[in-house]
Amino acid sequence: MDSEIKNQLQDSLGGNDDSKDDITCSSKSSPTMAASSVRERSTSPEGPPPPLPPRPNTLNLLDEGASSSRTLRQSTQSALQSRATTAVSLTDIASHDGGKESYPARGLPGTLRAKASLSHLASPRGSDTADSASVKSSVPQTDFGEVENVFSDFVATESGPMQHDSTGLLQFPEFQADDVDDDFTEEFEPVGDVGDEGENEVLENWKSKRKHYLILSAAGKPIWTRHGDGGLISTYIGVIQTIISFYEDSQDRLNSFTAGDTKFVIVAKGPLYLVAISRILESETQLKLQLEALYMQILSTLTLPSLTHLFSVRPSTDLKRPLQGSETLLSTLADSFTKGSPSTLLSALECLKIRKAHRQTINNALLKTRTNSLLYGLVVAGGRLVSVVRPRKHSLHPGDLQLIFNMVFEAEAVKAGGGESWIPVCLPGFNSSGYLYMYVSFVDLREDAGNVADDTATKEESVAVILISTDKERFFELQEMRNSFIEQLEKDGSLKIMKEAIDKGRPKTTDIVPGTVLHHFLYKSRGNVQFTMSSYEPDFSSVSRRRRLMSTYNNLHASIHSKHAHVRVHHCVSQSSTSLAWVTPVFQLYCVAGPNANRNALAHSASKIVQWVQQEEERLFIIGGAVF
Amino acid sequence: MSESTSTNTPKPSSSVKLVLLGEAAVGKSSLVLRFVNNDFQENKEPTIGAAFLTQKCSLPTRTIKFEIWDTAGQERFASLAPMYYRNAQAALVVYDVTKPSSLTKAKHWVAELQRQASPGIVIALVGNKLDLTNDGNEASGEPQADGEQQPPAATADGDDAAGEPQEEQDATPGDARKVSTREASSYADEEGLLFFETSAKTGVNVVEVFTAIANAIPESSLKSGRGAGAGTGQTTLGGGRPAEDSRVNLGDRSTATAKEGCAC
Ligand SMILES: Nc1nc2c(ncn2[C@@H]2O[C@H](COP(=O)(O)OP(=O)(O)OP(=O)(O)O)[C@@H](O)[C@H]2O)c(=O)[nH]1
Ligand SMILES: [Mg+2]
Repeated sequence: MDSEIKNQLQDSLGGNDDSKDDITCSSKSSPTMAASSVRERSTSPEGPPPPLPPRPNTLNLLDEGASSSRTLRQSTQSALQSRATTAVSLTDIASHDGGKESYPARGLPGTLRAKASLSHLASPRGSDTADSASVKSSVPQTDFGEVENVFSDFVATESGPMQHDSTGLLQFPEFQADDVDDDFTEEFEPVGDVGDEGENEVLENWKSKRKHYLILSAAGKPIWTRHGDGGLISTYIGVIQTIISFYEDSQDRLNSFTAGDTKFVIVAKGPLYLVAISRILESETQLKLQLEALYMQILSTLTLPSLTHLFSVRPSTDLKRPLQGSETLLSTLADSFTKGSPSTLLSALECLKIRKAHRQTINNALLKTRTNSLLYGLVVAGGRLVSVVRPRKHSLHPGDLQLIFNMVFEAEAVKAGGGESWIPVCLPGFNSSGYLYMYVSFVDLREDAGNVADDTATKEESVAVILISTDKERFFELQEMRNSFIEQLEKDGSLKIMKEAIDKGRPKTTDIVPGTVLHHFLYKSRGNVQFTMSSYEPDFSSVSRRRRLMSTYNNLHASIHSKHAHVRVHHCVSQSSTSLAWVTPVFQLYCVAGPNANRNALAHSASKIVQWVQQEEERLFIIGGAVF
Repeated sequence: MSESTSTNTPKPSSSVKLVLLGEAAVGKSSLVLRFVNNDFQENKEPTIGAAFLTQKCSLPTRTIKFEIWDTAGQERFASLAPMYYRNAQAALVVYDVTKPSSLTKAKHWVAELQRQASPGIVIALVGNKLDLTNDGNEASGEPQADGEQQPPAATADGDDAAGEPQEEQDATPGDARKVSTREASSYADEEGLLFFETSAKTGVNVVEVFTAIANAIPESSLKSGRGAGAGTGQTTLGGGRPAEDSRVNLGDRSTATAKEGCAC
């Protein structure tokens, strides 16, 4: 098997560097070149790539759920982070997943025209003409050189094979020297209060952010913004609304535009406009997915009918009030995108690696203690799924799970509350028109028994039992189920097994392939809609290094999905890293090695990783899950 | 406070269902966190939905196990509130002494409880964030209410009851108080509510509120000894669940929280 895989890969990689069919050695041009190239290539950053090869159709099961939400599905489902989950719900994997990953052409004319008419924005920074000033001023302006760095590599990479400029190799700034970018944590600091610090300073702080998300109503009311508040940035909101509605008025839809090193992406959802402004290495498609997830969060708070109702009654509705209290959920979600989320990038879930038999035991305990009103039951260890129980006819949607995980593990609201929570939540992928009720309790594994966790447990080591019902009166029933479930886990040693698995953490690449050149990898099993990856330690433990790693992945991901259908391997060499994407109908593998890694060594390691995953498949992924 | 710390003889124990209501951000969760974990967090996130916690409180004659529903104050959760107060034996209606609108909201809650909750429900009106007022700054010994309205357990070891409770808006520098003690306490009097001013931040009066509630619950509604009882209307959140003992083992947080001077 090893050699088979390897040959396959070697074949794809080809023996020589000129076989451009399968290999793309995207070299990087210098910042200046990149900047000036913006205009030339402005029409094709996200050219419509051809569809991926067909998926195995055998996985098409189980999505009879919530027929009432059918219409929504058409619109929002295609927007969900990913299609089905795990074997847990192989909803239309082939069609949906394929649909998404083939990135159908979206409103290209709009994009084109936007680019054309706003092209002055893309010209070098000197163009401070009066009419562009207002827009331009919303472009955060920090240190010139640094910004240039962050983005030039984005631009250059996306132009991919068109720019074979060997001198560019020396300029690739993807992994900058450590000191350059380590203030990335400031990205998440509040911009401050106008009252305390003065407007200019606050605005400067605001502009220094590399990433902005804005949500406004079609009528132009600010609803939510990640940094600052509506008052601070109302002028920008006004400008953005004007630009958007300009295109809307001409029956054209503005999807995105680029101004210098900054990408603007706009998603219109019913009465809402969601806008992402990014100076990070992310593609338009990736930003779109993020905005769609934020929209899902809003639906999750309000439900679709009430959102629609609010605006049909009064188009100028101020949505801030109904959303009050859920802003932190939007913010934590947004921040997880900004930090870089493999789960979002791959539209897949990660599971805790345990033996198949052990997982079976946990599944059985869930089935055994299940009560009548249970719809879904989940055991989640720090964002990694351990076990799932669900009715045969209802699937679970990754987008929904992402919202749940965000609420439970990222936002402090639930976790810091202590005790148990009972939360009405709309899971738009399941049914966007109503609420479900979610019982959440944390299990503290550290004192080897089912005590309720105290708040010192870190995200990685906290384990949550999440039980979902359609009936708001069932708290105590689910509480009882939780207690007997945990008792059962304790009895059969499952808690101990989970704790060991959590303590062990993700494997390092060198644990899997001794001596490998690889520093990190992501592997997505397409059939299972799940992914696995290596530990961030030791190379990517800091937020900023992780951010850069994710940028590399974004880049690989965008490249391999925007090339021609038969491209299965994408090899990328830069000054600071060598990376490889390898896509087959079964999996997607993305891996990163040091700057001078030998290509054969890289290929060899990649095939070893694939081989390892295939061996461990039933431990790494939930296959089947518990169904009743 | 020093309720007997006697751990020797097992006292009869009963459970009391308690619900916290009040406008968003007045400090409901913070009060519970202080009571249950003796802890405070400066920037607490808004509660989503509701949180369920338990805490034991030891009285001279018996042990009370509070089963607490800490509800979310945000408007959009308001429709769920009846579910939580329906079978409650006690309610803590919380407002923020620095925010007049929150007292108005509290009055609405009181009216709703009087209309819709079980008839015998014990209601305490609680003005939180006392630390932001001058009374709060000067140690807890300072009497913050006009003498005799103080419920049994309050910190009314006051020197002279003439401790002039500030008039309406006596904007002393540094004093963020916007709701006078007198206004709230006379309202509480009229409605027959327990009344306290507390600080979840400093802990002032927090345990006292719960102790006073425990004391105010009529013996009759505690009769059910092992906690099963009290519940009347079944098939609801509060009811239709089995006796306490099926739930003690794992959800029991007493080990984690049986600390700190409060006998609770
Ligand atoms: N200074 C001061 N701040 C407090 C006090 N109690 C709570 N806070 C702060 O007030 C804010 C809101 O407190 P929470 O306990 O979350 O309020 P809540 O009533 O539970 O709010 P919801 O869950 O949204 O209904 C937090 O930032 C707390 O730190 C207090 O006694 N003094
Ligand atoms: Mg709260």
